[in-house]
Amino acid sequence: MQRVLIIGATSAIAEATARIYAERGSRLHLVARTPARLDTIVEDLRIRGAADVGRDALDINDLTRHEAVLDAAWTALGNVDVVLVAHGTLPDQKACEASVETAMAEFATNATSTIALLTLLANRMERAGRGTIAVISSVAGDRGRASNYLYGSAKAAVSTFLGGLRQRLSKRGVDIVTIKPGFVDTPMTRDFKKGALWAKPDAVAAGIVKAVDKGTPVVYLPWFWFAIMTVIRAIPEFIFKRVSL
Amino acid sequence: MHATGRSWGRYPVTTEKVITLSDRHAPLPTSDVPMLPLGNARSYGDSCLNDGGILLATRGLDHYMAFDPATGVLTCESGVLFSDILDLVVPQGWFLPVTPGTRFVTVGGAIANDVHGKNHHRAGSFGHHVLALELLRTDGTRMRCSPDENTEWFDATIGGLGLTGVITWATIQLRRVAGPWMSTESHRFTNLDEFFALSRESDRDYEYTVSWIDCAAKGNALGRGLFSRGNHAPASPDRRPAAPARRLAMPLTPPFSLVNPLSLRAFNQLYYHRQRKPVVHATTHYAPFFYPLDGITQWNRMYGPRGFLQYQCVVPPEASEATMAELVRTIAAGGGGSFLAVLKQFGDRPSRGLLSFPRPGATLALDFPNGGAPTFALLDRLDAIVDGVGGAVYPAKDARMSGERFRRYFPRWEAFTRFIDPGMSSSFWRRVME
Ligand SMILES: Cc1cc2nc3c(=O)[nH]c(=O)nc-3n(C[C@H](O)[C@H](O)[C@H](O)COP(=O)(O)OP(=O)(O)OC[C@H]3O[C@@H](n4cnc5c(N)ncnc54)[C@H](O)[C@@H]3O)c2cc1C
Ligand SMILES: NC(=O)c1ccc[n+]([C@@H]2O[C@H](COP(=O)([O-])OP(=O)(O)OC[C@H]3O[C@@H](n4cnc5c(N)ncnc54)[C@H](OP(=O)(O)O)[C@@H]3O)[C@@H](O)[C@H]2O)c1
Repeated sequence: MQRVLIIGATSAIAEATARIYAERGSRLHLVARTPARLDTIVEDLRIRGAADVGRDALDINDLTRHEAVLDAAWTALGNVDVVLVAHGTLPDQKACEASVETAMAEFATNATSTIALLTLLANRMERAGRGTIAVISSVAGDRGRASNYLYGSAKAAVSTFLGGLRQRLSKRGVDIVTIKPGFVDTPMTRDFKKGALWAKPDAVAAGIVKAVDKGTPVVYLPWFWFAIMTVIRAIPEFIFKRVSL
Repeated sequence: MHATGRSWGRYPVTTEKVITLSDRHAPLPTSDVPMLPLGNARSYGDSCLNDGGILLATRGLDHYMAFDPATGVLTCESGVLFSDILDLVVPQGWFLPVTPGTRFVTVGGAIANDVHGKNHHRAGSFGHHVLALELLRTDGTRMRCSPDENTEWFDATIGGLGLTGVITWATIQLRRVAGPWMSTESHRFTNLDEFFALSRESDRDYEYTVSWIDCAAKGNALGRGLFSRGNHAPASPDRRPAAPARRLAMPLTPPFSLVNPLSLRAFNQLYYHRQRKPVVHATTHYAPFFYPLDGITQWNRMYGPRGFLQYQCVVPPEASEATMAELVRTIAAGGGGSFLAVLKQFGDRPSRGLLSFPRPGATLALDFPNGGAPTFALLDRLDAIVDGVGGAVYPAKDARMSGERFRRYFPRWEAFTRFIDPGMSSSFWRRVME
C-alpha cells in the first residue's frame, strides 16, 4: 500500500491524481488552503477506495508552518512513499508588469514557496533513503514568452531546482519527477478558449501516476508537448523575440 | 467561454455561454439571460440546450458523498456519471436500479428526464429510486426534496427538464447483484403479434426486456425483429462469458450521412439474419447487454454534419398493437427507415414526475438522419398517429414536436409551470410554450 502526501490537494490535477491512488487503495494525506473544498474531496476519496485520508490546511506562502505540516503528515502516514506538489496560480502577466508587489507575490506562490517546501522534503526523503517527489512545473518554464513570463520564470526556477535535487538524491534512492503539463482544462484556465491541444485533468493525472511509478525524471503531459517544446526551444532568440506567443 | 452547443442528435446547433460548476456549496452565478443545467449532453434534441443563454455545466460536481455497501444507498453529486457509479458499485455487489441505453449520463440528467430502462415493467423509472435530492435555485434557496419532504418540488424536479433549478446531489437506492454477468436470450420474431406475445410471456420471469425491429422491412416481413430478455446472472455463471468487445471510435464527422436508405436496408437485413437460430442463449458482461452503442465512441457522428432526429413515443395499452403496426407501416412507407428501432412494453407503475414520459403502454424509439423537410413531415405524421390515440413523445429525444401537442402529451404542464425557476429556461421549453 502506497502512502501519498499531496500539497495543493484541491487543484483539479491533484484531485484527479488522488482519485487514481484512492482506487489503488493507497493511504492519502491532503494539504490545501481551502478546508471546505477539502472536506468534499476527502469524503469522495474514501468512497473511491482510499485506505485512509488525512487532511491539513496550509497557505503555501506561510513558510514558517511548512515543517509542522510535514511533521503532521509523517505522523499520519508513518512513512511517505510519494509526495505530489501541485499548488500554483496563473498570474495576470500585465498586472505583474505594473506592480512589483504583485510580481513578487506571484513568484513566491509559484517558486519560492515550492523551493522552501522542497528543501525540507528533500532532507526527510534523503533520511528515509526511498520514495518519490513529484512536482508539477509547466511547459511554460521551458522558455520565456511575453504572455506569461512571470509564471514561466517561476516554473523555470522550480524545474532547475528539481534538476539539481535529482542529481543529489539519485544516489540516495529518491526519485525526483518533474511534471510539465501543457494546456489543461482546470479552474486555473477557466477563461481560456479551449482547442485541440487541451487535455483533461484525468488524462494528465494518469500520466503523473505512470511517471511516478516508473520514476521518470521529466515528463511532458500529454507527450506531444515534448515535441512542441523541442521546436520552441530550438528557435533562435533573434527570431523568437519577434514572435508573439 | 462561448461555445457551440450540440446535443447528442447534433441538431439543432445553438450558441450559449458555458459556466462550469465545481462546488456544490457555492451559489449559482447571477445573470440577465436564462440559465439551464447541463449534464453530459446525451439528450438528443434541444432539451439540454439554451440558445443565447447560459449552460451550467454540472460535470464538475462529481464527488461521491456517502455509500453504504451493506444497504446499497449511494449519495453523490449530480454530475457523477452512471459509468463511474457502475465501476464503483458492481465489484461491491450493486447495480443501478434503472439505466438508459448509454452509461454516459449524469445522475442529474437521469433525474431531470426521469429516464427508463429495459426493466421499466418491474422497476418503473429512475425517479422511483431517488430517495432524496437537493435543489438549488437561482435565488440562492436550497431545498432538500424527497418522497416525504418538499414533495411537490420533488415531483416537479423528477422529469423537470432542468427547469426547476440545479440538482446538486441525490441519494439513490441501488439494486443487489451477484456480479457483472447477465444471462440473456435473443428470440427472433416475424411480426408484431409475435412481439406482443413474447413480451407478455417474458415480463413475469425476466427483469429486462427490449426488442429491435427491422424498420426497413415491408410486406410480409413488416414488424419482424429480435426480442432480447435477460436477468442478472449468479456470481460464477455456468456458461463461459463472451469476451468483452473492443472499443471503436467514430474519429470524425463524415461530410454526408453514412446512414441512407441503401445502408439502412442492408444493415437491417444483416442484423436480422445474423441470428440464424430462432433462439440464442448467452452469458455476457452487463456492458454489451445494456450499452451496445457505448462500444462505438461518438457513433452519432455517422449521421454527418446535419445530425439526426430521434423519435420516441408511447401509446396506451388498449391501442398498442394496432398503433404500433400503423407507425411501423408509416415509417416503412416513408422509405427513410430507421437504423435503430427499439420497441418495449412499459409497466403500469405510475411515474412520479409531473412531466415524466413513461406511462403504461408500448414505446417505440427510432432515429432518422436529418433529411430536412421530408423527415420533419414524416415525424409529423407519426405525431398525428400518437396524438390520435392519447400517447406521448419523449422530450429527451425531441427537437421538433409542436407546443400544442406537447401540452396534450403532458397534461400536467400547467401545474408544473409553478415550479419553474424564473432564472431558468431551455430551447426546448421556449419552443413548446410558444
Ligand atoms: C445511446 C443513447 C441511449 C439512450 N437510451 C435511453 C433510454 O433507454 N431511456 C431513456 O430514458 N433515455 C435514454 N437516452 C436519453 C438519455 O438517457 C437522457 O437524455 C439523459 O437525461 C441524458 O443525461 P445527461 O446527463 O447527458 O443530461 P443532459 O442531456 O445534459 O440533460 C438532460 C436534462 O437534464 C437537465 N439536467 C442535467 N443535469 C441537471 C442537474 N444537475 N440539475 C437539474 N437538471 C439537470 C438538463 O437541463 C436537461 O433538461 C439515451 C441516450 C443515448 C445517447
Ligand atoms: N492548468 C494548466 O493548464 C496547467 C498547465 C501547466 C501546469 N499547471 C500547474 O498544475 C498545477 C495544478 O494546477 P491546476 O491546473 O490543477 O489548477 P487549479 O485547480 O486552479 O489548482 C491550483 C491549486 O493551487 C492552490 N493554491 C494557490 N495558491 C495557493 C496558496 N497560496 N497556498 C496553497 N495553495 C494554493 C489552489 O488552492 P485553492 O483551491 O485554495 O485556491 C488550488 O488548489 C499548478 O502548479 C499549475 O501551475 C497547470
